[in-house]
Amino acid sequence: MLAYYLELALRSLKRSPGLTALMVLAIGFGVAASMTTWSVFRAVSGDPIPWKSAQLFVPQIDNWGPNGRGSDGEPPNAMSYNEAITLMRDHRARLQSAMYQISPSIVPADASKHPINVSGHAVYSEFFPMLDVPFLFGSGWSAADDAQRAAVVVISSKLNQKLFGGSNSVGRTVNVEGKDYRVVGVLNDWNPQPRFFDVVNSGGFSTGVEDVFVPFQRAIAVGMPNDGNTNCNAVPAESGFVGLQHSACVWIAYMAELDDAAAVTAYKQYLDGYARDMQQSGRFGWAPNNRLRDLPSWLDNQHVVPSDTKVSLLVALGLLLACLVNTTGLLLAKFLRRSGEIGVRRALGAPRLAIYAQFLVEAGIVGLSGGLLGLLLTGVGVASVGWVLPKDIAALARVDFSLLVLTLLVAVIATMLAGLYPTFRASRVQPAWQLKSN
Amino acid sequence: MNIQIRPILTALRRHKAGTLLIALQIALTLAIVCNALFIIHQRLTNLSVTSGVDEANVFVIANMWGDVGQSTAQVDAQVRADLLALRQLPAALDATPASGYPLRGGGWDNFVTMTPDQTKPTTDAAVYTGDEHFIGTLGLRLVAGRNFHPDEVMVMGTQQAITPSTAIVSKALADRLFPDGNALGKSFYAMGTTPSTIVGIVDPLHRQGVDQWSNGYAGQALIWPLRADDSRGIYYIVRAKPGQLADAMREAPKALYAQSRLRIIDPKDGIQDYATIRHKVYDRDRGLAILMGIISVVLLAITAAGIVGLTSFWVGQRRKQIGVRRALGARQRDILAYFLTENFLISATGVVLGAVLAIAFNLWTVTRFEMDRMSMAYVGAGVLVLLLLGQGATFAPALRASRVSPVEATRSV
Repeated sequence: MLAYYLELALRSLKRSPGLTALMVLAIGFGVAASMTTWSVFRAVSGDPIPWKSAQLFVPQIDNWGPNGRGSDGEPPNAMSYNEAITLMRDHRARLQSAMYQISPSIVPADASKHPINVSGHAVYSEFFPMLDVPFLFGSGWSAADDAQRAAVVVISSKLNQKLFGGSNSVGRTVNVEGKDYRVVGVLNDWNPQPRFFDVVNSGGFSTGVEDVFVPFQRAIAVGMPNDGNTNCNAVPAESGFVGLQHSACVWIAYMAELDDAAAVTAYKQYLDGYARDMQQSGRFGWAPNNRLRDLPSWLDNQHVVPSDTKVSLLVALGLLLACLVNTTGLLLAKFLRRSGEIGVRRALGAPRLAIYAQFLVEAGIVGLSGGLLGLLLTGVGVASVGWVLPKDIAALARVDFSLLVLTLLVAVIATMLAGLYPTFRASRVQPAWQLKSN
Repeated sequence: MNIQIRPILTALRRHKAGTLLIALQIALTLAIVCNALFIIHQRLTNLSVTSGVDEANVFVIANMWGDVGQSTAQVDAQVRADLLALRQLPAALDATPASGYPLRGGGWDNFVTMTPDQTKPTTDAAVYTGDEHFIGTLGLRLVAGRNFHPDEVMVMGTQQAITPSTAIVSKALADRLFPDGNALGKSFYAMGTTPSTIVGIVDPLHRQGVDQWSNGYAGQALIWPLRADDSRGIYYIVRAKPGQLADAMREAPKALYAQSRLRIIDPKDGIQDYATIRHKVYDRDRGLAILMGIISVVLLAITAAGIVGLTSFWVGQRRKQIGVRRALGARQRDILAYFLTENFLISATGVVLGAVLAIAFNLWTVTRFEMDRMSMAYVGAGVLVLLLLGQGATFAPALRASRVSPVEATRSV
């Protein structure tokens, strides 16, 4: 029976090629626009560390007071040196790390080559196990290295390729800012998007790679300056990088791993306790106003997914909806034009269900063709999305199997939904009336 | 022309579903196109904002120091030598040291207050640093006061907080701080305890960033007479002689490396002309405008095609009735007018619904996505576009209908 309906549908679609082409084009464009913007949205709103994001928390301490808060009453979105160091010293979470962005120069051993500038972060040893950072060779450094301000470095596989030709470089030395550092680990490809451990400085997405990680206290000791944002509520009293460390300026990102609800509550109490102590000592002239967000809420709070991306997706879905309304209208016209044929079929004993099946098959074929065109256009759309979106975001959008399946499914299901009302009308055709008028 | 609306309404009642669907489609199209047009216009306005810089001839060198840990005095000596070399380039007109530049995409900004102990800031200003060549190199227009004197320029080391006693401000900042228009010679505080006196006013001067949060502070900037001798690096802004931009951009890094090899100028984007800088900073705006443009065009095309399709179908269905009307004395243009009026009635219903949808969608994005409120002009323009589109799309099928011969009335199917 299905084969017969298919034949009927194809014959009907062939009879008015213009109308058929119009429906297929509408579905194709509608689906492709939605799927292209969806692929971008999916890429930027993804969880960068899904197995652990619920255990990773970002503490915020209000060390500026009411005048430094935005209209939403939020405390600063980074930490001052004083607060970061206190939290690290108290060590109340299972794993935690303060971090700041650095941009040191690497001087190649080969004197004929120019020094190169790389980006990275100064972090604590617990950074690596906390974020499940994958290593190609070696590992992170130890807590003892943190304490001794050891000259050790973890480098990216890309930098390892450039400096050591990709061989196991653990134990060899790299000249960072004019001083020798021992390589303790080489990262496997690790480029999480968004760059969740420091979204304030990366803006969430980044085309660059993190090339070096050095111990936090080591970087401070040698005066490796902060390359990220520095926000101040007042000009620091002293000059230089040391002046920044003594100031209330915020420039340090912080992350802590808290494994269960009890640990979260305890940590929150600890933060509030700290702020209350500061209030009593007179350093803070205000009541505690801290935040402790898990990673997904933190990314949301920092607007990591650009609102442009959301608006684009919405507008594209609107386009799809308009295309479907268009298709409904055209299918209605097409189906009702065949009232005579329907009348004959019904008079010859075809039940309403058969009419339903016949016309839904026809709608399905339009949907499938539209879907195939949509697939093609989505491919073109995703490939050329770099042309209309910032490169760091566009680079994340890609076509994969699930997107292909989704495109086809959306096209077919949406078109069949659009065909539901025209089919209903077709099934209501009165055979007697049609036969008489013909 | 005497057009009877009642028979049209009676006929439409027999095509309730089709009529409703066209009206709905026009409504959706209007809602989307209005909002898309609004976004496009907003973003294109951003794109065409003037920076105040002589963009055709100016380029920026991001110069990082290869040997870190230099003292401020060492850096300053190198910077002065570099500037001398840059200013002597055959293709260069002038050069200035800087910690940032207009349209950089973010950078230093300070709160500005009128008194040192004011808790709520008066406003916010982008902070530029440069020497007495800054205004000339960027090509800024000095509308009042004077340029910096060479002996006013101070040295600022890494993370050093210095508040110079003089500043040149943009007209937008001057007007914000002193609405009476007598800003010259007055002073303000920019997050410090010492005041800066306004010695000059330039107009315009764009901020470093183009982020939405700074829209309320548009064009507000101040220039301090400072040589920012940061141990990490410095920007050199260079103005080429007219028409010699490419030459100057080629000469500049050679001259700098000849001064000292211990520097890093990224071969990819270490030297950028203003066309590139502007292109980069407005990437997002331009992209969204293009995307909205594509979606609008596709949507309008599909809606127009849909109207053509349905109207053609209706014309085909009513050939006999048209024939009867023609036989009874209706002229061709009566038939044409009939279909055009019919479409107008449907479109009018659609645009009314669409206008409501458009405004509702905009208000929703205002609350959800920090978009701006849309002016009614966009809705007006959208309504006009869709009414014209409807008439245009109906015209061809209606013309075909008008050519139906009266003989058709006598033919049976």
